[in-house]
Formats: sequence, C-alpha cells, structure tokens
Amino acid sequence: MFESLSQRLQNTFDRLGSGRVVTEQDVKDAMRDVRMALLEADVALPIVKDFVSRVRERAIGAEVHKTLRPHEQVLKIIHEEMRETLGEAGRLNFSGSTKPHVIMMVGLQGSGKTTSAAKLAMYLRKEGREPFLIAADTYRPAAVDQLVTLAKQVNMPYYEEGISASPPDIVKRGLAAAKEANASVAIVDTAGRLQIDEQLMRELEEIKKRTDPAEILLVADAMTGQEAVNIATGFNERIGITGLILTKIDGDARGGAALSMRAVTGVPIKFMGTGEKISLDTFEQFHPERIADRILGMGDVMTLIEKAESLYEEEEALRLQKKMMENNFTLQDFLDQLRKIRSMGPISKVMGMLPGMSKMQMQGMLDNEEVESRISKVEAILNSMTITERERPKILNASRKKRIARGSGVEVRDVNDVIKQYRQMQKLMDQLRKGRFPKIPGLTDGMDSFEGF
Amino acid sequence: MGIFKRGLSRTRQSISGRISQILGNTEIDEDTWDDLEATLIQADLGLETTDTVVDFVKETVTREGITRTNQMNEVLKSSLTALIDPPPPLNITGRDLSIILVVGVNGSGKTTSIAKLAHRFKEQGRNVILAAGDTFRAAAIEQLQRWGERAGVPVIANQQGSDPGAVVYDAIQAAQSRGHDLLIIDTAGRLHNNYNLMRELEKIKGVISKAVPDAPHEVLLVLDGTTGQNALKQGQKFAESSNVTGLVITKLDGTSRGGMIFSVFTEIGAPVQFIGLGEGIDDLVPFDVNQFVNSLFDES
Ligand SMILES: Nc1nc2c(ncn2[C@@H]2O[C@H](COP(=O)(O)OP(=O)(O)OP(=O)(O)O)[C@@H](O)[C@H]2O)c(=O)[nH]1
Ligand SMILES: [Mg+2]
Repeated sequence: MFESLSQRLQNTFDRLGSGRVVTEQDVKDAMRDVRMALLEADVALPIVKDFVSRVRERAIGAEVHKTLRPHEQVLKIIHEEMRETLGEAGRLNFSGSTKPHVIMMVGLQGSGKTTSAAKLAMYLRKEGREPFLIAADTYRPAAVDQLVTLAKQVNMPYYEEGISASPPDIVKRGLAAAKEANASVAIVDTAGRLQIDEQLMRELEEIKKRTDPAEILLVADAMTGQEAVNIATGFNERIGITGLILTKIDGDARGGAALSMRAVTGVPIKFMGTGEKISLDTFEQFHPERIADRILGMGDVMTLIEKAESLYEEEEALRLQKKMMENNFTLQDFLDQLRKIRSMGPISKVMGMLPGMSKMQMQGMLDNEEVESRISKVEAILNSMTITERERPKILNASRKKRIARGSGVEVRDVNDVIKQYRQMQKLMDQLRKGRFPKIPGLTDGMDSFEGF
Repeated sequence: MGIFKRGLSRTRQSISGRISQILGNTEIDEDTWDDLEATLIQADLGLETTDTVVDFVKETVTREGITRTNQMNEVLKSSLTALIDPPPPLNITGRDLSIILVVGVNGSGKTTSIAKLAHRFKEQGRNVILAAGDTFRAAAIEQLQRWGERAGVPVIANQQGSDPGAVVYDAIQAAQSRGHDLLIIDTAGRLHNNYNLMRELEKIKGVISKAVPDAPHEVLLVLDGTTGQNALKQGQKFAESSNVTGLVITKLDGTSRGGMIFSVFTEIGAPVQFIGLGEGIDDLVPFDVNQFVNSLFDES
C-alpha cells in the first residue's frame, strides 16, 4: 500500500519510537522510504542513490528541532536537499556582444520545442527584447508550417525557406534575415531527434559551430522516465546545453526527470511550459519549490486508490471525524475522500452505499453521469493544486487560482466553486460541532441530504 | 524482424548488457538481487512490476535449486513474458467500414503512427481514409495531409480551430459514400488530467458511435516509450474515458527502456498492438511478446 513520503516517514519513525536525535537505524529505514518515493516519481536510479546518500549523511545525528517530530526533521532535510539539487531558476545569458544572440531549441521528438520557441519569443518581447524565429525543422512534415502559423499568431518576425535546404544553411540565412530585421535574439527551432542519432546530432554541432549560440536549451517532457539521464547526458556531451525547459507541467507527472536532468548536466532549469496555448500564461520561470513539492509530495494523491477499502476502516473514520470536529478538514482531506469514493466503483454503485443516497437514486433524483462528471471536475481541480495549497486553502489567491484553473482545464469560476463548497462544508462541520444540525448544502446541487460527508 | 531487432538494439544493449554482466556466471548472492532490481527499475518497469518480477525469479531460483547467475536468464525471460499477453487481431474486419480512433497525450506520436498504420493497411489491400481530427495544434492538419500524400491515402480535413466532431462526422460520411473500408481518426493531443479535453474526446466518440453504432471498433492509445510512471495514469484515464482497446508504444528505437510496456499492460489490460521504431513510414511493427523479450536478451 502506498503512502505519501511524509506519511511513510512518520510511520517509520513511529515504529522505531525515535527520540530527539535521529539515529543511524532511523535513517537507514527512512532512506528506504525516500528511495521508493523518488523512484515512483521517475527520478533516475543513479540520481536517487546519490540523493539518498547525501540526505543520509546530513540526517544521521541531526538534532530534532524543538517544534518538529523526528520524521518532520528528516523531511525538512530532504526538502532542503531537493531544493538545492533543483537549483534556482536559471536566467538567460545575453552577455556576448554580437547580435542577434542565438538561442537553439533542441530535444526529442514531441517534447515541445516549437511551442516553447513561440512562447519564449513572447516572453522575450515582454522583457523588452526583439525576438525573431527561425524554422529549421526540415524533417517532420509540416513542422515549418507549424512554426510559421505560431509566429503569425503572436505577430513575431520569422524566417523560413521550406524544407529543401540543409538546416545549418537555413539557420545561417535566417540569422542574416534576423540581423536585417534588427532583431536582438534569434530563436532557432530544430527538428526533434534522439540523442543517439549520429547524423542528426552532427547537424546540431554544425548549427552550433556556425552560429555560436548564447543559449542551447534542451526542451524536455516532464513525463520522461528513467531515460532522462541518457537524454540529458547525450545532448550535453555532444553539443553542450546551457539550460533546460520542462514542458507539460500542466499534466500530473511527478516530474522526477527535472531532478535527473539537472543533476547530471548541472545546467539550470530555466522555464516551465504549463499549457498548449501559446501565451505568457503558459510559460513560466522555473519554480523549484513547486517541482520539489511535486516530486516529493504527491504520493498520497497518486495512490490513494489503493486505499479505497480503508474508507470504512475504523481508524481512518476516527481520524477524519476528529479532523472534522477540530475543524481542520483540509482540501487535501476533501480530495482524499473524493478519490476513495471514486475508486470504489461506478458512482451509481458507490452512491447506493452511502446512507440516504439509494432512496434518492431510486426516485430518479440523481443523474449519475452528471454527478460523475462533476466529481471528475472537482477532482481535476484539486489535483492541480499543490499539497501546500490543499493543506492550507487560505493561501489560494487569484494567481494561484488562475494556475489551477489552467492546470485542470477549467475556468477560475469553477475553482472558486470548489473552494466555496469546501467552505460550506467547513461551516457545516463547525455547526455540527456546536451541536446544530442544519440543512446540508452538499457537494452538488440536488444532493441536500448527502450524509456521507 | 530485422527492423525490430535493429530498433530495439538500444534496449537490448541496456538490459542485456547489464543482464549478462549481472548474470555473468557467478554464485547468486544478495548483490544479484539488488542488481536485478536496479536493472529493471532503470528499464522503467516501475517499482511494483519490478518487485513482482524479482520475487518470481527469486522463488523459482530457490525452488529449482539454481545457484549460478547464468542459469537465471531463462527464468527472467519467462517471468517477463508471462506478464504480458500477445495481442488479439485488431477488430477491423468483417464489416463495410471499420473505424480506428487514435488518442494520446501531446507529442506522443499519434499522427506519425497513423501515417504508418495507413501505409501498412493500404499495403495489405485495405481502402484507407484518414480524418484530421486534431483541429487544435498549429499545422497538425497539414502534417497529416503530408503523410496522407506520402502514403497515398485521402485525408478529410477542415479548418484549424473548427469542431473536431464535425470533421469526424464528415469523414465518416465520405468514407461511406466513397466505399472506404477503414477510417483512421487523428485527435488532438490532450493531457489525461484535463477535464474539458477529456470530455471533448467523449463527445467525439459519441459522434462516431451515433453514425456507426458499434464504432469505433478500435481505440488505440499512443504512448511515448520514453515516458516513465505517468504512462500508467495516462492508460487509466484514457481507458476510463474512451475504452482503450489497444496500445501503440512509440520512440522505442532510441530508448534503452521499454519496460513500461509490462507495467502498462498489467495496469490497464489493453494489449500492445504495435511499437514504433523510427520516423519512416515503415517503422511500425506488430508487437510480439516473445520477440520483444528475446531481443532484450539477445547477445549480438
Ligand atoms: N499540455 C501541454 N502541451 C504542450 C506543452 N508544450 C507543448 N505542448 C504540446 O505538445 C505537442 C508537441 O509540441 P511541439 O511544440 O510540436 O513539440 P516539438 O518538440 O516541436 O515536436 P517535433 O517538432 O515534432 O519534434 C503539441 O501538441 C503541443 O501543443 C505544455 O507545456 N503543455
Ligand atoms: Mg517542432
């Protein structure tokens, strides 16, 4: 059965009955938890080993801070180490004097190079520079059309000459055109390639040789698995990358590849892509905090399904009851409950199991599909929040809500609805606690006697 | 056969290189198990599947009194083979028009795989037509059209930004009136956790089954072979929303992985039908479990 890292560590330390100093035995057991969590998050094995040994060194003999419990102390060390390894958001380097500065976008097929090239151009224009796009992918059908469409869409100057010339030649002429247009930065979109493709890697070397780029950015998919190490090392050894762009962060991958790639190349992660739309909203400075959270923290969300049976387990029920009574039922708990309910089977069946529901169902008061889709939506929204946001819903400000809406493909209004429902639930619990029994504004409309919550 | 082996050579090198190193010919000891675990994890099998395989091999080794690492090879092979069923034939015959819907996350290789499928089925004498259902991504329509020209297969398309359901509907009409017997539908890449886009996919599916009651006859989920554990979630979510009937795993020519095949199958039960081994129109081969596992261990 899977648990979040923090839960795992807590159990480990509880079992060991640890004291105020973290002992070697504590650490030994805890590191097994860490290793598992990182592997589940797709961090590459060699990096996991390294990471674990660094944490081990720092943790043994560490004194447990007064306000912390031992597992929290270790968690804190892990967090710090993770943050350190991920590094700060890298800035683009425009130190050379020859203009335009060249930025090469490189990476595997489908990683997001063309999309990121267009977004980066928008970003640079906002920073007050004069970006220019060069279409040098002559391999994938319609790749040139794609870049040209995007360039026109965001009103960016560009150079293309179809697919008959060689990419290095195209880039050379493209640079001349950029100079002509008084551009200060030229972004070169290259074809996707595998790092082991000898011929295509040579082509990148050639482009590099001819353009002396200020930046070579490796664009990588956040869903990448153990291969991340080979990809990053392959590109780096061959052409020397200067930064990473991590795309598809709007997905729900744990993103361990970020740690792997950063660790093996030592180059900073510079940007994150958070959506398909070409917009400044979907192209952000790298947030180490957010990625660290993701790599470490989402275990519980990912795998609560496994815990479905425990919904009615006494311990769990008691814990929740207590939380409700103390009124610190968080959005995280909300999500946990949702997932548990959903994982028990089709909603029609589950509903029947909840007190008061089967009667409503029989009376045809509930459209199961409607309920199902609403619950999916709520779940998607909650999934797009960070653990911290779920644990401390108070911090959900406008920009966070916007990000969450984007991440789950809904409107901010929908995010607000979920928060409202949550607040109502909290209020309800408060009233229950005070011994009053109001009408229940349930999870969805028309579910006024949803006693399950 | 040849291409299959060539493409998988990286996988083979990685796993078998390590395997023969591990297996070598020494006494089996604790290190053997650690090394085996590490090798499987690094091939993206995931923790759970890795544990299953290691436990199985351990048990068999104990039961059969195997003491040397070089004798473990066959055990490991059969434990991997046992994890995954051979795919049944695609359900695309025996009616006037069969429809394949192709789905997957952004950049996984849907369009390229469709081109390869179209080429393959055309060679087999099918009368194929394609629908450019990705009306979202810039130049996705042109991309499919280029491939259609190369494969010599017509493509039904509409404007970028138009309703994908409408193109799909048009394509079905065209397929029927022009007497095509196989329609393959491209869709926009979508992340499985994007609620609205997954709903859109359900809608597209609704359009198809309204026009042809038992269609789509196959729903192929295209997974990127370099994806890690997220492949499982993709599988689950797409299976939930659009009843995935088969898998296509792409980009296996470069990855030294491929182990996700085992865990995805274990997770969602949909068979792997094809694997992609390159960017050429011929670089798609039917998935064969034994061949796949064997090529992981082949020496040369
Ligand atoms: N959801 C999401 N989709 C993205 C993101 N970045 C790119 N995409 C999508 O991923 C797919 C591939 O993106 P492209 O920009 O075409 O990738 P590429 O690396 O240029 O691909 P090739 O040129 O074919 O090698 C497209 O469907 C994009 O819309 C992102 O941050 N989030
Ligand atoms: Mg591209």
